Amino acid sequence: MGEALSGFIAGFIVLNAVVGIVTYVTLLERKFAARMQSRIGPYRVGPHGLLQPIADALKLMMKEDIVPRLADRVVYNLAPVVFLIPCMLIFATIPFAPGLGVADLNIGILFFLAVSAMEIVGLFMAGWGSNNKYALLSAMRAVNQIISYDLPFIFTALVPVLLAGSLRLSDIATAQAGLWFVFYPVIGQLAFAAFIITTLAAENRVPFDILEAESELVAGFRVEYSGMKFALIQLGEYAHMVGTSFLGALLFLGAWAGPGPAWLGPVWFLLKAMGVFLLVTWVRWSFVRIRVDQILAISWKLLLPLSLLLLMATALVVVLRSGPGV
Amino acid sequence: MDPEARKVIEMGYGGAERLTMNMGPQHPSAHGVFRAILTLQGETVVGMDAVIGYLHRCHEKLGETLTYTQYPSIASKTDYVAAMSSELAYVRAAELLGKIEVPKRAQYLRVLVGELQRIASHCVWLGTWCMDMGGALGGGATVFLYCIREREMVLDLFEALVGARLLYGFHQVGGTRYDLPAGWVQTCRETVDFIDRRITEWEEMLEDNDFFLARARGVGVISRELAQEIGISGPLIRASGVNYDIRRAEPYSSYEDFDFKVPVETAGDCYARYRVRMVEFRESSKIVRQVLDGLPEGPISSRPGVKSVGQVRIPKGEAYARVEGPRGEVGCYLVADGSAKPYRMKWRGASFSNLAVLPHIIPGHKVADVVAIMGSVDPVFGEVDR
Repeated sequence: MGEALSGFIAGFIVLNAVVGIVTYVTLLERKFAARMQSRIGPYRVGPHGLLQPIADALKLMMKEDIVPRLADRVVYNLAPVVFLIPCMLIFATIPFAPGLGVADLNIGILFFLAVSAMEIVGLFMAGWGSNNKYALLSAMRAVNQIISYDLPFIFTALVPVLLAGSLRLSDIATAQAGLWFVFYPVIGQLAFAAFIITTLAAENRVPFDILEAESELVAGFRVEYSGMKFALIQLGEYAHMVGTSFLGALLFLGAWAGPGPAWLGPVWFLLKAMGVFLLVTWVRWSFVRIRVDQILAISWKLLLPLSLLLLMATALVVVLRSGPGV
Repeated sequence: MDPEARKVIEMGYGGAERLTMNMGPQHPSAHGVFRAILTLQGETVVGMDAVIGYLHRCHEKLGETLTYTQYPSIASKTDYVAAMSSELAYVRAAELLGKIEVPKRAQYLRVLVGELQRIASHCVWLGTWCMDMGGALGGGATVFLYCIREREMVLDLFEALVGARLLYGFHQVGGTRYDLPAGWVQTCRETVDFIDRRITEWEEMLEDNDFFLARARGVGVISRELAQEIGISGPLIRASGVNYDIRRAEPYSSYEDFDFKVPVETAGDCYARYRVRMVEFRESSKIVRQVLDGLPEGPISSRPGVKSVGQVRIPKGEAYARVEGPRGEVGCYLVADGSAKPYRMKWRGASFSNLAVLPHIIPGHKVADVVAIMGSVDPVFGEVDR
């Protein structure tokens, strides 16, 4: 009973912290993009636009909730929730500091990968239930893309697992106490680069944002959504993005390791995650989108074999390092 | 067109599974109001119906009801992204009919604003095209904002010259309405030099980017034969290997005085059209510098200043004048009956003729290519529908 209660409280805190971070990450991205484009970005609501995310959220809450007449109502209404839940669940296994997390599963990374792959269900439900051709095309593209990119994503995420010798996320973090995996000769850099690329695809960011593709499909699978349902989908997307940034920081950048006292750990972790996030954002705001066939070609012909090779090379390195017979 | 897509069209399998999708008239990449009814086979477009006319404003009828003094400022509303070239087409037609001389200084000023307009218009093209390919929430928006920032400088020049930023009324029958204000020449030189440097930056940003090349190369190929058959003009036909530029083929407004290069590419794809326009940027600024260096003194109009709207009367007859606008051949056909208004007026919009090529090249491409090709054609729907 006590354990369940403490788990519930921890989950509650993490969930709210995540919602808070996600809200402000939108502001961070908008400010960053504005700087890249020689603009100022949000500035009017609060000092330097600091209250802008709150204003946005309030605006979305007050918007009319429209359901298309011919939409599949059950699927349409359920989709944002089905989409949001896996995006939130991925935070369950992330340890924000030694021993500070909701559930430090011994298969933490598998849980993360499995749950984050489930968002496709909500996505497809949204595309199908809207009864809109743009949404349907977008949903088809989503299935194509996410299935193709989940494999290389998993392979690259398994490289640190092999190096650390554990599937538990906190073990992977502590294994980098001496050397962050991104600095591991050759393998680390390649894996990190592949991780960033597949992250872009998994998060549907430009250049891989063919599901949203507003110049072709207007807004893709969420074209018919308005008000809070739209907000939930947005929240889910950004939560997924932040979650993957945390994963990247954890797998490659040493998680909470950093100078200063131990209680600064979560701050370092957050900063590193935001660094990964900004790296992804940087790519997003400087590339053009590529076509669906090119995206699939990159995944199946380039990323998949390369990530598999990388994984095998890592396995070889690990075996050689630990010597025969271990 | 990739062979797989060709097979889809020729075999026609899947018959009933085709999806008809309406792109426009309200669509983020419609460049105005354009409706494309696409027939899709999966992601591949197998048929396209283009529907235009959403921006029809009776321009040609308007031309019959307004006098030769009034209409030039309205002419700029046909192609509002390159207002200077449509104004010039109209006044040139009237001048041909009335055999009205234009002073050398006015001719040079016309070239000057025409080339500055080309730079501004190509800025809009590059920005919107990249936004079509890269998305309003991606790198495309970045290029768009860079381009619009530089276009703003040209618009500032026009504002100092005319007082307006988009629709000018700079030209009038017999010359120009305004002369250069003090200090304008220096600002213009600095602006052109600055934009030249920026163009290099854009080229580095785009051409070193494999994703951009993947989207632009080999997409939307217009063959030389098709180009000539449809009657496209401007950067499109030059990208398809036809060396045709009215400024060179039939010089008007003293274009023969200037030394410039007409870029020609042979590939005919989106990338070739991009390259042609990028070279045109530089050639335009070259012409601007030559005009500023050799600007003759003298009157800016062979006719007295405008006192009443019915002041200009043109003798009976008909004439067709054409100029090389940023999008291609802008033509104006006038029939005069001796009064202060034309009897009949007809526009030949460059965008209108260029748009006609779309249904020929789009089938076989993916949905994503539709917007890339449409952006590379650079239509302005004010000019298409008039």
